[in-house]
Amino acid sequence: MLGGHRLVADQAGALWWPERRLLAVADLHLEKASHYARHGQMLPPYDSIATLERLAGVVRRRDPLTLVLLGDSFHDHGGAERLDAAARDRLARLGAGRELIWLAGNHDAALPDSLPGERTQTLDLAGLHLRHQPDGDQRPAEIIGHFHPVARVATTQGALRRRCFLHDGMRLILPAFGSLTGGLNVRDVAIAALSHGRERIAFVLGNARVFPIREARLLPDRVR
Amino acid sequence: MASTSKHGAGALPPRFQAWFARRGWQPRAHQLALLEQAAAGRSTLLIAPTGAGKTLAGFLPSLTALDAALRPAPGTRPRGIHTLYISPLKALAVDIARNLEAPIAGMALPIRVETRTGDTPYSRRDRQRRMPPEILITTPEQVALMLASPDAESFFGDLAVVIFDELHALAPSKRGDLLALGFSRLRALSPGLTALGLSATVADPDALRRWLAPQPNGLAELVIAAPTEAAAPVIGILDTAQHLPWAGHTTRHAIAEIHAAIQAHRMTLVFVNTRMQAELLFQLLWAENEAGLRIALHHGSLDVGQRRKVEAAMAAGGLDAIVCTSTLDLGIDWGDVDLVVNVGAPKGASRLLQRIGRANHRLDEPSQALLVPSNRFEVLECRAAVDAAYAGAQDAVVSRTGALDVLTQHILGMAVASPFSEDELYAEVASAEAYAGLAREDFDACLAFVATGGYALKSYERYAKIKQTPDGLWRVANPRIAQSYRMNVGTIVEAATLKVRLGRARRSAASSVIGGRLIGEIEEAFVEGMTPGDTFAFAGEVLRYEALVEDSVMVTRTHDPDPKVPSYAGGKFPLSTHLAARVRAMLADPASWRHLPDQVRDWLVLQQRLSVLPGQRELLVESFPRGGRHYLVTYPFEGRLAHQTLGMLLTRRLERARLRPLGFVANDYAMAVWTLGDPARRIAEEPGFLDGLFGQDMLGDDLEAWLDESALMKRTFRSCAIISGLIERRFPGREKRARQVTMSTDLVYDVLRRHEPGHVLLKAARADAASGLLDIRRLSDMLSRIRGRIVHKGLVRPSPLSVPVLLEIGREPVHGEARDALLEEAAGDLLREAMGDDSVADGLIAGGSA
Repeated sequence: MLGGHRLVADQAGALWWPERRLLAVADLHLEKASHYARHGQMLPPYDSIATLERLAGVVRRRDPLTLVLLGDSFHDHGGAERLDAAARDRLARLGAGRELIWLAGNHDAALPDSLPGERTQTLDLAGLHLRHQPDGDQRPAEIIGHFHPVARVATTQGALRRRCFLHDGMRLILPAFGSLTGGLNVRDVAIAALSHGRERIAFVLGNARVFPIREARLLPDRVR
Repeated sequence: MASTSKHGAGALPPRFQAWFARRGWQPRAHQLALLEQAAAGRSTLLIAPTGAGKTLAGFLPSLTALDAALRPAPGTRPRGIHTLYISPLKALAVDIARNLEAPIAGMALPIRVETRTGDTPYSRRDRQRRMPPEILITTPEQVALMLASPDAESFFGDLAVVIFDELHALAPSKRGDLLALGFSRLRALSPGLTALGLSATVADPDALRRWLAPQPNGLAELVIAAPTEAAAPVIGILDTAQHLPWAGHTTRHAIAEIHAAIQAHRMTLVFVNTRMQAELLFQLLWAENEAGLRIALHHGSLDVGQRRKVEAAMAAGGLDAIVCTSTLDLGIDWGDVDLVVNVGAPKGASRLLQRIGRANHRLDEPSQALLVPSNRFEVLECRAAVDAAYAGAQDAVVSRTGALDVLTQHILGMAVASPFSEDELYAEVASAEAYAGLAREDFDACLAFVATGGYALKSYERYAKIKQTPDGLWRVANPRIAQSYRMNVGTIVEAATLKVRLGRARRSAASSVIGGRLIGEIEEAFVEGMTPGDTFAFAGEVLRYEALVEDSVMVTRTHDPDPKVPSYAGGKFPLSTHLAARVRAMLADPASWRHLPDQVRDWLVLQQRLSVLPGQRELLVESFPRGGRHYLVTYPFEGRLAHQTLGMLLTRRLERARLRPLGFVANDYAMAVWTLGDPARRIAEEPGFLDGLFGQDMLGDDLEAWLDESALMKRTFRSCAIISGLIERRFPGREKRARQVTMSTDLVYDVLRRHEPGHVLLKAARADAASGLLDIRRLSDMLSRIRGRIVHKGLVRPSPLSVPVLLEIGREPVHGEARDALLEEAAGDLLREAMGDDSVADGLIAGGSA
């Protein structure tokens, strides 16, 4: 429950709000591969289409009235221009017959008009506050992206590192949805500091379902 | 083959003869034979045991030729390098340069020798470029770097001799591929080049002879050092008075006996196979060491400074023993070692001989060696290795197919050097033995990968790293590409490790540790299993894990009598094919058991009575019930890697046969899988069931399907992605975190596999997995060997032979892909209290509302 609403962490990494038929995903980072290619690392140029196809899969299952992209939908400012025809077509079909809302992120503050849907900085609905990054510390019932949370879970056979939702009772952070987006460990100080010691639960994405795991079972990353 | 008998010392110039005579030495026959071949410009492979004067043999041709060439008109410099000497180890390069000073100073030769390694400062590299020394001693990575320079042509244009040290160790690896490609370029730059390969004894020298000569048909000459100069080694197997364990690798039972052996000798090298064993054995020996013997520890995770200290102490005769891993297999001359102890199984006949060769470099006395098996199967393996050593039998160096990721790195390097024609480069590459069978389309795919990533469906044409000029030559698009090539050169991809720093404990205050001297590095995966307060053995001490500070594990000294022991990824060798065949032969021949200790012989006799022992070409499969489950145990003796692959594939097939497999374990000798269904009944009721289960076709679709999903494949892909430059190792000015690299290559792998499964890097990764981590070649050979020769024995309880592998259950991770099951276990209590309704596949966000 967040702000008195029942929300579902979809196994694909999307947030589903049944009451409103609203689906939210964060940090698609479309055209990340082509951004790297410009700098000499020729990553496979299929990340945008892979991400959009996965998104289409969740949209088909949930059939939302509203689809919210929680910011950083493109990896960089020129990303939208580099999107090829097939991906644009995919995007257009995703938005057809429903409300498509782009929240602004730090990587994609301005989007070209050629993309379908509405643009806004933030979205406040029935006491829930959707935005890309946190807006101060005290606002209750906030839903954000930006941090790409991943959890490292201690198991009997070594640690598993998976994308996750992170919930601290006040704020919900969505995992990054993009195919090539890495993650930041939820134990990292940049994420941990947001909760001011409130108890946190990670909703960890497994292969076929989501697992709620207490903070005590979560390991920090090792640095090198 | 060149005979080694007919050469007199007359082949040596007088100055050299006099130098030998002054030291009371005779030039050895193989040294003279190599000199004669090289003087005639013929590339040659020299096979000689450790301590036979291999290094001097390699240099003699260059020293005499340079002496003759330079003496008439010294000072007519500079020109290019005359001789390039390539060593697999940095430390060895420095060592060899030092050893070469003696003859050069002793004969007052006008020859400059320098080294170039990763540690050589830029100023000296620059000087070497402007004023090349006559002889340069270096490593494979440095050769690649020097070749990728615009002055490569003038630098190497006069190169007369290239010497490859420890070629048997270098050739069958990705580093060997990189070196082979560089060598093909050296041949092109200096067509008259003579190549000399120095190798320990190997079973089939022809693979290395081809390596040294241009393909398709080249074959280097061969000189073999006569083995009779040294007395045959005396190799014993410890016949312990203690109970010989069924399984495990601690060798705890034999500590007192090893200690006694050390005490009875002047200086002992104690070899073990893994760093984990080294740490443990060192702890155990110290606990036993009331006599106060000076025992030190040496392995690859220790800080370099500490290793150098141990080496210096050893050279000065200040130690009684060193416990060491394969870090001391190669190289450095120790002098006074009079006993080599090999703890655990030797895994290969050649490795054993090389280690034994570390003892007693004076060839007039026999080397003494003692093998200490740590369990019963290892007794068989030790026996087989000793028989092989006495028979002079060796493991073969299998020639390998050159890796495509290494080729892409080379192609970029060649473009960095100067614009190239693709046809010429293809011909040049195919002259290297490892790439002789390279299809043109694979070469073209590698070239396209270097240029634009080589993606079929979409192109990065405008961002291309190398571009074709109007005259058809490929050149780098901009200087940044060259810079990035230089930062990413090489084929060694390190596992993520953490520094270990030893500090002093502090009672109060926020940080629990102060200070922190660097004592080595440890694999990240081990640290993950620990929480602060845990203790472990490292660097010969028992340490307490205090905290993780950035990239360092902070530890303090402690006195826990029962520390955890780190498990290191490195250093596990598979059982060699040759030894495996000998062990099978021994099992099949009871007459040979009289050489075995009583405990082992009794075990085999019991097996004979209660089950059967397989014939030499047969595969035994036993089945029995135990604890409500059904077990299938089989004994292929093909090494742990091949057995793990077999286990993985058998599990899939048992699943399909509805026998509901639960897990499996593998060791070097056997593999056990357990099921809920009863396989014995199926075998009895369904003729051909077992043959079908072990059919060779398991290496087809099942393998592909499993492989693509497996974590092994992702790890392999990561290394290919780094070597090929798809992912950069580091950027100028900042190291990339190893963890970040792991993450992003996994994601790249998933995207690539779905959208372009035929991509050249996936091809490279699959080839790697097949030859390396999965050992598919051996599995395939085994399956074809045992076809129609599977012996099934249905039992009511475990057989004696099955005991060791059954004991591995719980000790080794049980394999399988049950990731979600693990997460479910971790979620535990939360899942149980979790919300019944529609949350089967999804997590319902619960928790306090605002």
